[in-house]
Amino acid sequence: MSLKSLILAASSALALTAGAAVAKDSIIVAMQLEPPHLDPTSAAAGAIDSVLYSNVFEGLTRFMGDGSVVPGLAKSWEISDDGLTYTFNLQAGVTFHDGTTLDAGDVKFSLDRARAEDSTNAQKALFADISEVTVVDPQTVKITLAEPNGSFLFNLAWGDAVIVAPESIDNIKTNPIGTGAFKFANWVQGDRIDLEKNADYWGTPAILNSATFKFISDPTAAFSSVMAEDVDAFIGFPAPENIPQFEADPRFQVLVGSTEGETILSINNKQAPFDNVLVRQAVAHAIDRQSIIDGAMFGYGTPIGSHFAPHNPAYVDLTGNSAYDPEKAKALLAEAGLADGFATTLHLPPPSYARRGGEIVAAQLAQVGIKAEIINVEWAQWLETVFRGKNFGLTIISHTEPMDIGIYARPEYYFQYDNKGFQELMADLNGTTDPDKRVTLMQQAQTILSEDYVNGYLFQLAQLSVAKAGVQGLWTNAPTQAADLTAVSWAD
Amino acid sequence: MTRNLIIGTALSSLVLLAALVSFVWTPFDHAVMNIPAKLQTPNLSHWLGTDHFGRDIFSMVMVGARTSIAVALVAVGIGMSIGIPLGLTAAARSGSGLDELIMRGNDLVFAFPSLVIAILITAIFGAGAVNAIIAIGIFNIPVFARITRGASLSLWQREFILAARVSGKGLARISAEHILPNIANLLIVQGTIQFSLGILAEAGLSYVGLGAQPPTPSWGRMLADAQTMVSFAPHLALIPGSAIIVTVLGLNLMGDGLRDWLDPKLRVART
Amino acid sequence: MQGLFSHWRATRTYFCYTIGNRRFFICDLTFLLRSLWTFSRRPSNVPPMIRYSLKRLLSLILSLAVASLVIFFVIEIAPGDPASFMLGINAQPDTVAALRIELGLDQSKFARYADWVGGMVQGDFGTSYTYRTPVAGMISDRLWVSLPLALYALILSTLIAFPAGIYAASRRGKTGDMAVMGATQLGVAVPNFWFAMMLVLIFAINLRWFNAGGFAGWDKGLLAGLHSLTLPAISLALPQAAILARVMRSALLDILGEDFMRTARAKGLSRRQALWRHGLRNAMIPVLTIIGLQFSFLLAGAIIIEQVFYLPGLGRLVFQAISARDLIVVESVVMLLVFAVITVNFLVDLAYAAVDPRLRNRT
Repeated sequence: MSLKSLILAASSALALTAGAAVAKDSIIVAMQLEPPHLDPTSAAAGAIDSVLYSNVFEGLTRFMGDGSVVPGLAKSWEISDDGLTYTFNLQAGVTFHDGTTLDAGDVKFSLDRARAEDSTNAQKALFADISEVTVVDPQTVKITLAEPNGSFLFNLAWGDAVIVAPESIDNIKTNPIGTGAFKFANWVQGDRIDLEKNADYWGTPAILNSATFKFISDPTAAFSSVMAEDVDAFIGFPAPENIPQFEADPRFQVLVGSTEGETILSINNKQAPFDNVLVRQAVAHAIDRQSIIDGAMFGYGTPIGSHFAPHNPAYVDLTGNSAYDPEKAKALLAEAGLADGFATTLHLPPPSYARRGGEIVAAQLAQVGIKAEIINVEWAQWLETVFRGKNFGLTIISHTEPMDIGIYARPEYYFQYDNKGFQELMADLNGTTDPDKRVTLMQQAQTILSEDYVNGYLFQLAQLSVAKAGVQGLWTNAPTQAADLTAVSWAD
Repeated sequence: MTRNLIIGTALSSLVLLAALVSFVWTPFDHAVMNIPAKLQTPNLSHWLGTDHFGRDIFSMVMVGARTSIAVALVAVGIGMSIGIPLGLTAAARSGSGLDELIMRGNDLVFAFPSLVIAILITAIFGAGAVNAIIAIGIFNIPVFARITRGASLSLWQREFILAARVSGKGLARISAEHILPNIANLLIVQGTIQFSLGILAEAGLSYVGLGAQPPTPSWGRMLADAQTMVSFAPHLALIPGSAIIVTVLGLNLMGDGLRDWLDPKLRVART
Repeated sequence: MQGLFSHWRATRTYFCYTIGNRRFFICDLTFLLRSLWTFSRRPSNVPPMIRYSLKRLLSLILSLAVASLVIFFVIEIAPGDPASFMLGINAQPDTVAALRIELGLDQSKFARYADWVGGMVQGDFGTSYTYRTPVAGMISDRLWVSLPLALYALILSTLIAFPAGIYAASRRGKTGDMAVMGATQLGVAVPNFWFAMMLVLIFAINLRWFNAGGFAGWDKGLLAGLHSLTLPAISLALPQAAILARVMRSALLDILGEDFMRTARAKGLSRRQALWRHGLRNAMIPVLTIIGLQFSFLLAGAIIIEQVFYLPGLGRLVFQAISARDLIVVESVVMLLVFAVITVNFLVDLAYAAVDPRLRNRT
């Protein structure tokens, strides 16, 4: 080969790659955590849903990017007047990725599997009210509830309630077979998961031909992978301190949205002296939310005054109940007979909102005389000591499940809040289907929690994502753990 | 080369001085946060700048010296107080089953990947200075046992030991009265080296979050906190890193200098 | 022999009925140990080298057995349950119990220990709790990163240390020696993870010559793979190179004092020529010993560096497995590393004994 032809060959190769870059029909999306396996119906790991929710697996209903619940595999439904019977009409012509047809039997199988005695579904409580699932005909399924449940359609939209194919269960953890617009293609453990377009999708097909999820848990590596344009988007960027650098760079767009994560300073309500509401109130007034948001999250996050997401229509701003006032905190402590302060523990799980936020909280508590010993723990240890053992004074955690105010009606829940009035209110809420009444009840619930100073309410976790300027159609908010790519495309 | 000894002692004393002074005085309270004043570069009021919570880095480095020295020193203490008696025993009963047991036990501990085990220990029993000390200390035991046994073995053949045996002294007494003083130099030198390795190990453990817990400052954790911010605030990583380097360098030079000064023929195993 | 056999049978019966699934292993091991013991004790007609090897083999197996016991039971007392970790905070107690049964965590510790050891002997490391894939496969995947990284670092460290050590030895006491020795002092004092951070800052973030982390994968080509291992290898190699250079220098200086070197010099060779022709070969023994030690250190010790560069290696695997309480993975990796070190020591001992007959008569 002569030198000239060599140069020609090389330049045409260059032209080819350049041409490929223009007509982009694939995307590399990075996330922090890798799924442990690929069965969304048998683990709590949000990373599983992030990759598979809506992309590969679908449920009867589904969440949209704005948090609303819309029809999914069920194209419509009728609810009986007593609120106990739901009849779902399934979409026609839905096939699983292995070619089999979706019918009512698959729905029955999935729901029965999730609520079975030996079920390993992490959100089994979602299905607790179901008393029976019956197949009416191949396109119709009837679900009977034991008691009315105002959030049943919402529950069915969760990633833990997706419809799976019976014959795929044995291998679902490594080869998930769903009905979504993308098919699972390949998983290189420790590195990435590849999805490809499902040509036989029943609904609006995906715009992209393929998508790759890359897992980069280290914040520094995350920063440089975006900077070096190794990835096209990073959903849930872990280091808020680096966001200004991306905002200043025209190559990137930054999406700042909301999550369902109420980040709270949980208080062990049964442990002395926290069983005294005065002490809990003192803790609440000792905390300066804004400096926690500035110091730990570099300004990203919305202050909250109760356990409720600010973007929810039923939200009431109650931050005024627990405004930063160290003098008042000291006075309250004195009133509780603890003028000299006291010592307690502060268990901090790994995420930086907890570790950094915890350091600031401990310093602020020290200012009013509360000596909180920081104990950094891993998740496994946190679950064992704090969550199950209830052996803690304080802890910081983000409760990321959507609409989870009901946890306060469970006296055995780790912060051990036991208020009969609140429990009745929640029972009312569950039985109520009228939207306006539900809003009123939810607002009452928020106020009770705020005035009881059950926990220290810090801020609503922000969803930070970075993408190349040309990427469009990504979710800004995170109403559930998902990276829905079905509507994502590249701008020309 | 006493120059090594002088430079080494000077550097080590500097660090020790900073640690001691921090008990009575630091420019600011190392734990007080001032979030509006975060991430300042070195200036007149904060000589080494402030960290991401607006704490004074100079004060944190001073108090951090205290943490590093305490952890490494106690870890060496553990290694010496268990390792030396083991080594002396093994040498006194050289060739016996006990000797074999001790030396095989040593090999076994050496065979464990020390860092992985240290991480395991702290993961199991909780992160914190005490567990970091134990984790580092355990791996100091075989070092001292081995070097003590090695140095003592040849001494047992020497005439003054034979004389002591003839006079009816027991093995334990000979070990304590005659063997130990003769290997003390060697042990001091090895102790210095293990001390510097301990400082590095402590930094590594706190870097992965398993050393002393906040608000106690530690150099390794300062580095870990700095990691995502080096791109816009490099001083956060440069300063604690330099503190570690100065300390370890000082101790190593001092160890080398001591060795040359105490006994030019001495050879210390360095791993 | 008859007596031994009946003893073996007695042991076999005993263990078979007390310890579950892996009974054949337990009794086979007892049998093996007993025969080795008797054999190595038999005074006559066994060549000393073989007797020595058998003794060391016995000690090797005992060490591994003790190590496996220590590893398993120390790790098992770790607080935290893999099943509740996987199911998270909304899981109901019966769900956790169901998963524990699925994972085999409801069995007794001893049964699980016997299962684990018995499996390992046959090359089966069990199944990961969190990933639900065979641990052996996970380990071998990670070794494809860790082994090349260790080798790469070792080669780099040798490439730096040899010339530096030789140069320093040949310029003993002069400025060049001082400079090299000063540099090595600094090299030993720098924490490798800090050095790694600085490399990332300079070469990845500012100059963008390298990625700050991650592993391209060998399927992207040898060069791409090596490229992503370069910064980690450099940060691992630096302190090792400093140590190696010092060992090289002092080994050479020792050799220079030997008689045969004086003879070589007397025959008219220059100091440098003598060093090259005779010194280097003889200095190799201590140097190679250190290199061997460093290799096993690099394999396990890269854990923090793998963390800094986000490399999917063995160290990261252990780290992730510890936090997920994927105990069987932790146990298997640690056991594998211990096995590697103990076996290397065993082979080294044998090699030394083969060279030096006096060693065979010692234990």
